[in-house]
Amino acid sequence: MKTIYFDNNATTQVAPEVLEAMEPYFCQRYGNPSSMHSFGGQVKKEVERAREKVASLLGAHPDEIVFTSCGTESDNAAVRGTLESYPGKNHFVTTRVEHPAVWNLCPYLRQKGYRVTEISVDRKGRISLDEVRSSLTDATALVSVMYANNETGVVFPIEEIGRIVKARGIPFHTDAVQAVGKVPLDMSKSTVDLLSLSGHKLHAPKGIGALYVRRGTKLAPFIIGGHQEKGRRGGTENVPYIVGLGKAAELAEQRMAEETTRVRMLRDRLEKGILERVPNVLINGDTEHRLPNTCSLSFEYVEGESILMMLNDLGVCASSGSACTSGSLEPSHVLRAMGVPFTAAHGSIRFSLSIYNTEEEVDFVVQHLPDIIEKLREISPFWKDFKEGKFSLRAAG
Amino acid sequence: MWEYTEKVLDHFRNPRNVGEVEDPDGIGEVGSLACGDALRLTFKLDEHKRIKEVKFKTFGCASAIASSSALTEIIKGMTLEEAEKVTNQDIARYLGELPEEKMHCSVMGQEALQAAIAHYRGKGVPKEETDIVCKCFGISGKEIEKVARQNNLTTIEQVTHYTKAGGGCGTCHPKIQEILDRLGREERPEMPADKERGRRRLTNLQKIKLIEETVEGIIKPALRRDGGDLELIDIEGNKVLVGLRGTCSSCPASGFTLKHYVEGKLREYVSPEIEVEEVAP
Repeated sequence: MKTIYFDNNATTQVAPEVLEAMEPYFCQRYGNPSSMHSFGGQVKKEVERAREKVASLLGAHPDEIVFTSCGTESDNAAVRGTLESYPGKNHFVTTRVEHPAVWNLCPYLRQKGYRVTEISVDRKGRISLDEVRSSLTDATALVSVMYANNETGVVFPIEEIGRIVKARGIPFHTDAVQAVGKVPLDMSKSTVDLLSLSGHKLHAPKGIGALYVRRGTKLAPFIIGGHQEKGRRGGTENVPYIVGLGKAAELAEQRMAEETTRVRMLRDRLEKGILERVPNVLINGDTEHRLPNTCSLSFEYVEGESILMMLNDLGVCASSGSACTSGSLEPSHVLRAMGVPFTAAHGSIRFSLSIYNTEEEVDFVVQHLPDIIEKLREISPFWKDFKEGKFSLRAAG
Repeated sequence: MWEYTEKVLDHFRNPRNVGEVEDPDGIGEVGSLACGDALRLTFKLDEHKRIKEVKFKTFGCASAIASSSALTEIIKGMTLEEAEKVTNQDIARYLGELPEEKMHCSVMGQEALQAAIAHYRGKGVPKEETDIVCKCFGISGKEIEKVARQNNLTTIEQVTHYTKAGGGCGTCHPKIQEILDRLGREERPEMPADKERGRRRLTNLQKIKLIEETVEGIIKPALRRDGGDLELIDIEGNKVLVGLRGTCSSCPASGFTLKHYVEGKLREYVSPEIEVEEVAP
């Protein structure tokens, strides 16, 4: 059975070009970039070349790029490193829809005595700029707002938020793990001070990430050790993976146009096809400001895990914000923050595409999904009631 | 990804007895859309008061659908007296096993069955609405107590896995703990179902005592027959520390004995999570 991979916000296929670029750095060019001999020195040059490629994708200077082990490390380094740099300030501002890499820092920081403000979002997952503005105080050490949401694909107006934050002279971090490679970014014209990215979301392997640190930004090191990364992140450089991330960044820059046109077209074809063939489906999130590859749908009266399992039987990979898929009992915190009724959140499915997907794959899902939903609705006690007009979710929710 | 047994997947992919019995004798409805799972069970009796026809409709995950399907297969042909003895453990066992986080799916099956029987007997749905402990999922103290007793639950996390109570905002955790403490103080008769499976929830004291009994009564006599012996040194959680004595201490196969025989017996008689480690003399 062929795998149809529509779960690219979870992780992506490593591009063959990336793997090829990494390959020599395991058994042949395995030197340590810090060594004094040219065997290591030549490797250092490749690390710096990769840094230039990542910088180029972001419109940044190479010396503003710090390699890390993953997106979560980048987020932790940015948030905890900044707070440590401002010991006199005890207020952290973020949103209610962040990835756990930032969101789960909130209870930790509260425990450490910080005051944490989590900005709310509306029914479409949009943030209120007024709420951002009014949350800021003289004690605010850092504002961290994700660039694009992993579950809904909603893109926040980062520059507008950044202008408000920078007007108060407060450092500004964005978790751009889902945005890098999918939307064009230019740090040279940006208000962002710190930006996190993760390799495996843009066709590099798992285990490599980067943090953009604007020149002049105060940041205590998160991992203390050797002089690597100019003392900002100790630990021998993960050379093959850094080379891989460099290659992935280069490819992403070349393929940005394809991402924003062909991938968007595939996503729209998928979404339109499903909405036309399946009744009682809601789109989660602001469709006006959304990543080109992401589509989050709620299928009313059926439960997400069941849909995923049936898709899985057809070789189709997707995700759900349903409670049952996570082992927790409540649906995703993102959908709850948006006020999506539990009833619809339980039936939510996220499709996230990449440049490796094809029209045939989209059509296969559009063709088979209606049968899955129909089968599950036949089993569901609520579907018949709804059809007979006994109740309606939207009235209840 | 959940580790579902083939039987769970089969009942999910090919659910038995889907639908609603026409003109049913009993109807049981539990759960809600907001909770993420719900089950409507309907049955009809034959002239001998046995369940002739039973059907279900379920909104929920794969294990909820499989549990409902399994339930209908289990109770078909039973008298109501037999059916009301069916527990969530019977459903889980029928399906091979359910992940612990999904045990509430089997509990939902049992509750729907009891509600349907009560409906037939004209008592209405016996769901206790009066002492709601978990407001997020509308679970009463009586329900928590009943399920905790039946499944020998000892932690809040287990109660959440089995009933959902405590899985939302978490403010009811102290109340759940009170119930568990109260049950813990009572004497707990062993469930025959647990004995069958060789699995039960033990307090630390019970576990230590059972380990001692198993070592003294079963393991030591067997080792002594071969001139060996063993000393129970300490117990840390599920880790049992022992020292090998007699011929065992110099036997090249002692590692095998320890892992396969000693650990095997302790897993069989005490808990499948037991691990045995040798402490050098």
